[in-house]
This record gives sequence, C-alpha cells and structure tokens, in this order.
Amino acid sequence: MSDTLSKIEKRTAYILILPAVFLVFSIILFPIFANVWISFKEVGLKDIRIPEPRAKKIVKSIKDNLDQLKIIYKLRNSSLILEIRDVKFQDKLPKNIKPINLDERCRVKSNKIYCEFGNWEAKYRENFQILLQSSDDKPINKEKLKTIKPKLTGKSDNILLNTNFTLKNFKKVFFQNEFFDLLTTTFYYTFFGTIGSIIFGILTAQLVNQKFFGRTFMRSVLLFPYVGPVVALAYTWELLLDPYSGTLNNLLMNFQVIQEPLNLLGQKYLTINFFGFDIKLRLALTTVIIFEIWRYFPLAFLFILARLQAVPKELYEAAEVDGAGPLQKFINITLPQITAVISILFMIRFIWNFNKFEDIFLLTGGASGTRTLPINVYEQGFTISDIGMGSAVSIVIVALLLIFMFVYFKLIGKRADEN
Amino acid sequence: MKTKSLIYYLLISSIFLFSLVSIWKILVTLQGVELKNFNFAIIITLGIAISLLNLIIGEKLNYLIKSSLFALIFTFVDGYIVQVMPIWYNIGIFAILIFFSLKINKYNQKYLASEHSSQIVVFDFLTLFGIVLFSFVILFPFYMMLITSFKTQAALLINPLDFSINFNQDFKELFKSYFVIFDTYNFGRYILISTFVSVGTVIVTLIFAIPAAYAVARLNFFGKNFLSTSILIIYMFPAIVLVIPLYTVFSQLGLRNSVGGLLIVYTATTLPVAIYMLQGYFRSIPKELEEAAIMDKLNWFGIIIKIILPLSIPAISSVALYVFMIAWNEFLFSLMFLDNPNSFTLSRAIQYLSGDAETPRQYLMAGSVVVTIPVLLIFVYFEKYLVSGLTAGSVKG
Repeated sequence: MSDTLSKIEKRTAYILILPAVFLVFSIILFPIFANVWISFKEVGLKDIRIPEPRAKKIVKSIKDNLDQLKIIYKLRNSSLILEIRDVKFQDKLPKNIKPINLDERCRVKSNKIYCEFGNWEAKYRENFQILLQSSDDKPINKEKLKTIKPKLTGKSDNILLNTNFTLKNFKKVFFQNEFFDLLTTTFYYTFFGTIGSIIFGILTAQLVNQKFFGRTFMRSVLLFPYVGPVVALAYTWELLLDPYSGTLNNLLMNFQVIQEPLNLLGQKYLTINFFGFDIKLRLALTTVIIFEIWRYFPLAFLFILARLQAVPKELYEAAEVDGAGPLQKFINITLPQITAVISILFMIRFIWNFNKFEDIFLLTGGASGTRTLPINVYEQGFTISDIGMGSAVSIVIVALLLIFMFVYFKLIGKRADEN
Repeated sequence: MKTKSLIYYLLISSIFLFSLVSIWKILVTLQGVELKNFNFAIIITLGIAISLLNLIIGEKLNYLIKSSLFALIFTFVDGYIVQVMPIWYNIGIFAILIFFSLKINKYNQKYLASEHSSQIVVFDFLTLFGIVLFSFVILFPFYMMLITSFKTQAALLINPLDFSINFNQDFKELFKSYFVIFDTYNFGRYILISTFVSVGTVIVTLIFAIPAAYAVARLNFFGKNFLSTSILIIYMFPAIVLVIPLYTVFSQLGLRNSVGGLLIVYTATTLPVAIYMLQGYFRSIPKELEEAAIMDKLNWFGIIIKIILPLSIPAISSVALYVFMIAWNEFLFSLMFLDNPNSFTLSRAIQYLSGDAETPRQYLMAGSVVVTIPVLLIFVYFEKYLVSGLTAGSVKG
C-alpha cells in the first residue's frame, strides 16, 4: 500500500518538475555544452545562416500579345559557402492559364508547376523563365499572378553539425588575443568592484540601522541604482561624465577643482603626481568600477542590513556597560556578526561582477582599457563575427567560474561544518 | 572637557557644515547662478567659530534663539560680505544653518568630557554626513536624467550647468522630447512590447515554477537533493556564456526578432530563482492542511490550487514583482535577439537610439525616464515584497 503511494508520489513529483527542468535544461545547460562544441569549430557569424534557395518573381507582359505573359524567376542560393541539394520548386497558376514550351526540369499538375533543379553550388544564380498562355482568350490578370509566391525547398549541410574540429580558436585565445591583459582587467574590475560595493554596503547598512527622520525613505533611495534599468542609468552616467557637455566636468571646472576637462570614460591612463611620484591610474577602468560600485552596493547593503537587524540589542547594551565606545562596538560586535554574510556576498558579487557585460558595454563598449572577458565574448562573436572564437572565450569564462564555485562551495561547506 | 574631543568636534562639525553648504552651492549653480568658489577656508573658519560659540554659550540661551543667531551670522557673512547672493540662496543657507545648529546643540562642555566622546562625535557626524552624501550621490543622476529630458539641444549646449526649467513655456514645448520619442521613434509600441514580454514572463514563470517548487518542497523523489543544489549552481551561470549558442540556435530556428523567443529565454533564466524562493515559502506552510485535503481526495492539482496558492499570495507576489523587474530591465538578450525595430523592447530601443550619434541627448534621457519610472514606482509601492525577493535571490547580477 505505502509502496504504491510513494510510487504515485514520485510520479507526481516528476510530472510537476519536468516542464521547468526541461526549459532550464534547453535554455541554460544545453548552451553551455553547445559552447564547448562550437569553440572547437571555425564558424563565422554568416556561416550559421542555413543556406536557402530563393526566388524573386518578376511578371512581364509581352508586346502586342495580351494573351501571353512571361514570368522570370531570379533564382539563387543565399549562401556564399554551402551548396544546396535537391532543390525543389513549386508555384501556383490561375485556372485559365497554361505554360507553353516548359523547361524540361518542370512539369505541370493541376494548375501547379513543379520543378526539380538538382544541386545548387554556393553563390548559384539563374534566371529561370516561363511563358504563359491564356487558355480562354481573356487577358491574364498580372496583379493576381504577382501575389502568388513560389515555394522552394532544398537540403543543405549545417556547418554546426559536421565533425570538423580545430584547436585554432583556443590557440588564438591564449596566444594572440592579449589574453593576459584581458584577464588582469577582468580581475581588477571584479575585485575592486566587489570590495567597493561591500565597503559601501557596510557603511550604508550601519547608517540605516540607526534611527533618524526619513529612514524608510532613505532605505528605498539606496536601492534605486540596483532596481533601475541598466540602459537608462548607463546613459545618464555617460552624459554626466561627458568631457564637454557633461555636468560633472563642468561643475569641477566651475569650482576650479580641475583646469582641463577629464575624459573619464575615454582616457586609458591618467598620470597623477603624488608626493613627487608619478602614478599611472587606469582612468576609464576606475570610472567603470565606480559605476559598478554605485549600482551594486545596494545588494550588499540589503544583506548586511538584514543581518544587522537580527543582532540582539543586549550585546550592544552589555558592551556599553563594559565601557566600550562606538568603535569598539563596531569592531567587536558588529563585524563578527556580519563576517558570514560578507563572505557570502563576496563570492556572489565576485562571480557576478566577473561576468558583468552590460555595464561596460553601454559605458565604454570595452574601449580605453576596459575590455573584460565578457566584453571580449561579444566582440569576438559579433563585432569580428567569429562565433567559434566567442565560444572559446565563453569556455574560458565557464572554466574560471567553475573554479570559483568550487572554492565557494568548499568554503560554505567548511563553514557549515564548523557551525 | 578633553582637548582631543574638542578638536574632533570642531573639525568634524565644520567639515560637515562645509559639505552641506557645498552641496547647496552645487544645486544653486545648477539653477544658473554664477558661483565660482566653495570658499573652503571661509566656511571652515565660520564653522569652527560657530561650533566653538555653541560650546561657550551652552544652555545660557534658548536653543531656538541660539540657532537663529548662528544662522543669521553665517548667512550674513556668506551671503552679503563674501559675495552678494540672491535671497533664495540665502534662505537655503539659513535653513542649513538652523539644521546644523540644532544638531550641534547637544554637544556641550560636559558632553565632550565624557568617555569616548571623541569617537561618538565622529560617528554622529559620519552618520549625518553619510545620509546627506549618499542621498545626493544616488539621487543626482536620476535628477539629471529627468531635468535633461525637459531641456532643448541649444540650451544644453549653451550652458550644460543650467538645470533650471522654464515652466512658463507651452506644455507641448516643455514635453517636446516625450512627444518626439512617442511620435517619431515609436516608443508607444516599445512600451507595449516591454509590458507584454515582462508580464508574459511573469505568468509563464509562475506556471512552471509553482508546481516545481511544490514538488521540491513537499514530495520525495529520486534526485531531489541534486536538483536543489543544481538550482543554486545554475543561477550563478551568467547570461554572457549562453549568448552565442542561443544566438546560433535561435537564428536557425527563426526565433530571433520574435517576442516569443525572448519570452522563452527570460522564463528559463528566472525559473531557478523563482523555484528557489517559492519552495522556501511552501515549506513554511503547515503540512496538516494538505493531509486533510488528501483525506478529501484532492489530487496534487487541487492541493496546489485550493490550499497552497491562497496561502502563498505574499511569496507569489514577491516572485512576480521580482521577475517582472528582471524582465523589464533586461538588456543583453534583447540586444542579441532583436535587430528589427518592429520588435524592440524599451531598453533595446534606447540603446538603438543612442547608436546614432546625431540623436539629441534629451531624447535619450526622455526614453530613459520612460523606462525607469515604471520600475521605480513599482519598487517604491511594493518595496516590502520586492526586498524579500532581492535578498532571497540576489541573482539579478
């Protein structure tokens, strides 16, 4: 009895879960594996279009003969690379019309023309003509003829499905692509963005954890950058930071903080004289990191605030009795209470910042020393139109990601063991 | 009174005052008033003087009289002696000084003599400073976005610092950028598409997620633990590594440039977190209710519809709002999949607009306002629900 019950339970569970699992599998897991496949192939953006046989229909009248018409089909293979096999053609004719002197590749059957064109090599073109004769002396309706579209079918190889593999892409990724540069930029962006957002998260959480007028309003406002659409925010910042018409530069120049406008998003290095030392600052990268901190510190803020609000008040009261000042309270009570949440945040944000694409893409497009690995995926795949290379860079990202996750779950597991 | 506390108090309070006054000066400059200097030395000196006077006077004067006195002195020096400023600037300065004086009122000689007083002073002012500074830094870009959308190209070029809006002009003139993006750039259509995609994503996600979450929360089956961990791992995976294979497959299947294709992808990417959030909530519902239902011969469909759903309205709302927000804000996939202006979402349309260097910036900002306002309104109104979504998921990236 209970055996059948648990069987029913299992079956129900699978029915309930399967649709979701199927969808997630096909849209998330399948592409990750597909990346591996594509990364070992030489595929360009234009190769992924399946070759299609196409026909453009032109209807022409014949001088002094209203009973006859000529149709010209401009036939072509849409692909510049692949051939199409067994091209079949089909077009409909109005009832009172018969073709004359029909091409030997074609035949007529109940008002339809069927043709078999055989194989078309890449770039194939042909002007194919049919002469039509009205069978009942009425003039042929040209407009009606134009509206009927021919149908073409054919078989072709899919470049993605053949088994020609190459290591070229990975060689290019590691040796030609200034890979080291990409990696360091990505790490700078990820690391400082993560640390910055956590620091600001701690500060703001500490702030909002106190009582003051307008506190709930403040809490909403602090989350605005995180919930706002990235496109709107990135373009607003771009306008704000513009060297000529931007508000920030004009304000700084107005108050004589700087003499020359700074191209915050378009300049790779800024040399700062610091006590006699020239320091080369990666200007655009720093700006992008600041935007990232601005946009993502609210997440850290939320997590840390939730944790702070769960800290028992007695701890602080007891510390006060013992004569601890605000600084001691922060270091000895608050910090230990939030280290766990900070380490989780660090890992989550690290992984997410590592993969961040939109923010940099919208602000700089990856120029001026802000090219990270995700930006490179897009550039390889869609700017240079090399799908294989784009996939290879994706694979590198996935590999690094798996390492991070391994470390993360190891650490989480360790923490769970300790508690 | 300790010297260290005194020095901390004087310095920190005057720096705080300086930053308040400076922010006010920035805002005033943006209204077209010519101001070239923050007058750091003068403001700091005045601030130290006022803070010192506050200690000396202590409670000999009523705090309201004391505050008004400080405010008057400061406003007079700053607004008439250092530079002559319009009256409304001075009113602002006066208000800031009243606020400041009330804040420093609690510090007296006895207070500064107490233990940890130097630390407390620093913490107090850092808090105030933080509130003001963070509000300013966060709200300023939003403020700029809104103002720019009401300006004209010429006005923006002549004086980029002029944020003042002329309300005397014709309604049509004032909202010109908005009329243009709706009439010329078809934003009405994009709003519809964005709404359709986002609402569609919410509905489809819930249809898939609710049964799955119920199974994970309540039923025993082989591979359950594996599935739970997989959910966690899957939502760590970034969109950028999915883009190329999805692009190729969608191209070949003819799903690019279709709203349906976008809907599938959005649903799949939000499903893991939706399941994760819902199953957590379903677990908290007492099992006895379902056992009674099984007695009444309800099947799982009946249980979900009649028992689980009515009890989970808060959790379902927060998932729905959260998913709506992700879909509405999503950019990467809409960039990849849509290149026909007939099927653009709002985000993609704005990005497309900006691609043309000739597009006036105020149109771009008007578009940005249009895409931002719905999310911010939803967020402010339903904050309670959304915050729980944000903390549970944190998957937006």
